[in-house]
Amino acid sequence: MANPATLASTFAAKQPVHDRLDDGPHGPRPKRSFSRANIFLYGTLALVSIYYLLPLYVMLVTSVKGMPEIRMGNVFAPPMEVTFEPWVKAWAEACTGVNCDGLSRGFWNSVRILIPSVLLSITIALISGYALSKWKFKGSETFFTILIIGAFIPYQVMLYPIVIMLRDTGGFLTDIWQATCGVFTSAEGSCRGRIQLFGSLSGLVIVHSIFGMPILVLLFRNYFASIPDELFKAARVDGAGFWGILFRIMLPMSMPILVVAMILQVTGIWNDFLFGVVYTRAEQYPMTVQLNNIVNSVQGVKEYNVNMAATLLTGLVPLTIYFFSGKLFVRGIAAGAVKG
Amino acid sequence: MNEMTKVDAGHSVEIRHLDLQFGAVEVLKDLNLDIHEGEFLVLLGSSGCGKSTLLNCIAGLLEVTAGQIIIKGKNVTWAEPSERGIGMVFQSYALYPQMTVKGNLSFGLKNARVPKAEIEKRVARAAEILQIEPLLDRKPGALSGGQRQRVAIGRALVRDVDVFLFDEPLSNLDAKLRAELRVELKRLHNQLENTMIYVTHDQVEAMTLADRIAIMRGGKIMQLGSPDEIYNRPQNRYVADFIGSPSMNFIDGRLEGGVFTSGELRLPMEGYEYAAPQVSDGPATIGIRPEHVVTGELAASAPVQTEVLVELVEPMGSDTLVYTELAGERFRIRMDGQAVVHAGDRLPIGLVPAKASMFDKSSEVRL
Repeated sequence: MANPATLASTFAAKQPVHDRLDDGPHGPRPKRSFSRANIFLYGTLALVSIYYLLPLYVMLVTSVKGMPEIRMGNVFAPPMEVTFEPWVKAWAEACTGVNCDGLSRGFWNSVRILIPSVLLSITIALISGYALSKWKFKGSETFFTILIIGAFIPYQVMLYPIVIMLRDTGGFLTDIWQATCGVFTSAEGSCRGRIQLFGSLSGLVIVHSIFGMPILVLLFRNYFASIPDELFKAARVDGAGFWGILFRIMLPMSMPILVVAMILQVTGIWNDFLFGVVYTRAEQYPMTVQLNNIVNSVQGVKEYNVNMAATLLTGLVPLTIYFFSGKLFVRGIAAGAVKG
Repeated sequence: MNEMTKVDAGHSVEIRHLDLQFGAVEVLKDLNLDIHEGEFLVLLGSSGCGKSTLLNCIAGLLEVTAGQIIIKGKNVTWAEPSERGIGMVFQSYALYPQMTVKGNLSFGLKNARVPKAEIEKRVARAAEILQIEPLLDRKPGALSGGQRQRVAIGRALVRDVDVFLFDEPLSNLDAKLRAELRVELKRLHNQLENTMIYVTHDQVEAMTLADRIAIMRGGKIMQLGSPDEIYNRPQNRYVADFIGSPSMNFIDGRLEGGVFTSGELRLPMEGYEYAAPQVSDGPATIGIRPEHVVTGELAASAPVQTEVLVELVEPMGSDTLVYTELAGERFRIRMDGQAVVHAGDRLPIGLVPAKASMFDKSSEVRL
């Protein structure tokens, strides 16, 4: 087709673009990097960053100074002589009122609390959220509402009732254990054991799991509600049941929300102080309580460098988690946004 | 489909006195429907008429309030969806996103603990029928809309089911692809000879695919019949209005001694097949399809002739829509695409009473 229009356009395509254009604006609009809006935006960002990073800087610097250097009073000055002794001391030797093995004891206690609590709470919330969004039963909405109301009741109100509940449940379980124990074993004295929930790590794990429930169930329910019902119906037609759909259809699609739930729970439980100090005994205190006891124990000189190192050590776990999963976290939060 | 020997043309799906209530809302009310073996039945209606709900009831995804559902002579009212011998295809395809096409096809078979070799065989066969063999190792995310819907059909196909249920399967596709897949579905039905129940709100899909159409409204079936019956002999005004595009022209008037009158217009109903042998005089509505109005030279030979004033012309390429007025009512005429008509023209037209539909004015039932 020797149509003049097609000829013109094929011809033009062979030439550099600017030859075809008149003078004057063409192409992408140039952007000025030092516009007033940009200066204001980045200026504010820089200011806020400094505001938040300064304390971290002071802590880091102080934690690697020796005590004589700290006494000179120059808080912002970089260390003249870098020493990691305060870190070692904070980890292994610092004294609380009760013991002198530093933060390490608290760290391992926290790990022992954290892992079962996170697994237990996420498992239960995952199943509940799935049931509440895809297997609605009569009263499931009411049940969910009650659960959410639980999130708005201040912890202080429940603190003491839970002490009683843990104590009595422990006693009740002990009674059952001792009454039925003879059925399983005839060994002498094997039935003397007591089940203790109050003042034990298992009790604290249960408390953490329960208190994580409202927000986690909300998170999972909303996430599953956003998965189309037709997918769920298709799986039912394909013969999958409650667990089959959960494990083979829903769970593989739930990575983002699982990450969010994990971050929420890990940071929440790791940073918990109140439950840790109320429901456990001195030798089981989690890291946060141990940190407090180290920082606040007054024996002679206040070792600021050790305190700083201890604080940084305690904050390291949530910090690492945020650092590595920040992007996933934002994605998951958006996915679990309140719907239906 | 090996068991699908067509010894009897019996009923494949029977629905008896089906009720469904959501709280106080009655969605389906005393619904009865018999679907023949190998039939392609389309449930047609506007949104909220209960057509998808009925399909979900047949699939077992909704629990019925009362009544029975019988598939292949077996009462499945309380059976699980997977035990009913049905396969379902959804509007949004509903493919499992984390599985490959092959995984999607074999998921139902694995749940039914079908031996591995048999799964391979059936997946290969379905893939061949639907021409999706090159896609077997892809994830649904890497497929186009048409390919996804093929896989969704394949998922029902591999399970060797008696009844296929389609819930608006083509609504998410663009117009061109929809037309293509429509033809393919029809071919598939001819090939498999399965019973198929197909929900849609698209009357073109209904007319082209169906052996029989059930037009639903407010949880009830307004008319059940072949596309030809539905189009030519609508049982009531709703069906007459619903089917056909542009829709039927209605003129209110009176029927007296076999003559329909409305203002100036007089239509002797010669050759009209009355629904009942005895028709009493009284207020009536006549419905005339825009395509049944005779124009041009043929108008003079039609039983009834009149003239209308052209208000507006919509050329559509293949045909031309002409908006006019007759007996005080808006009156649309469909003419040939080549017809030369302009707004303001006086157009001589011919009417054929035998092709019209007449309804009782108050009950809206066909006379």
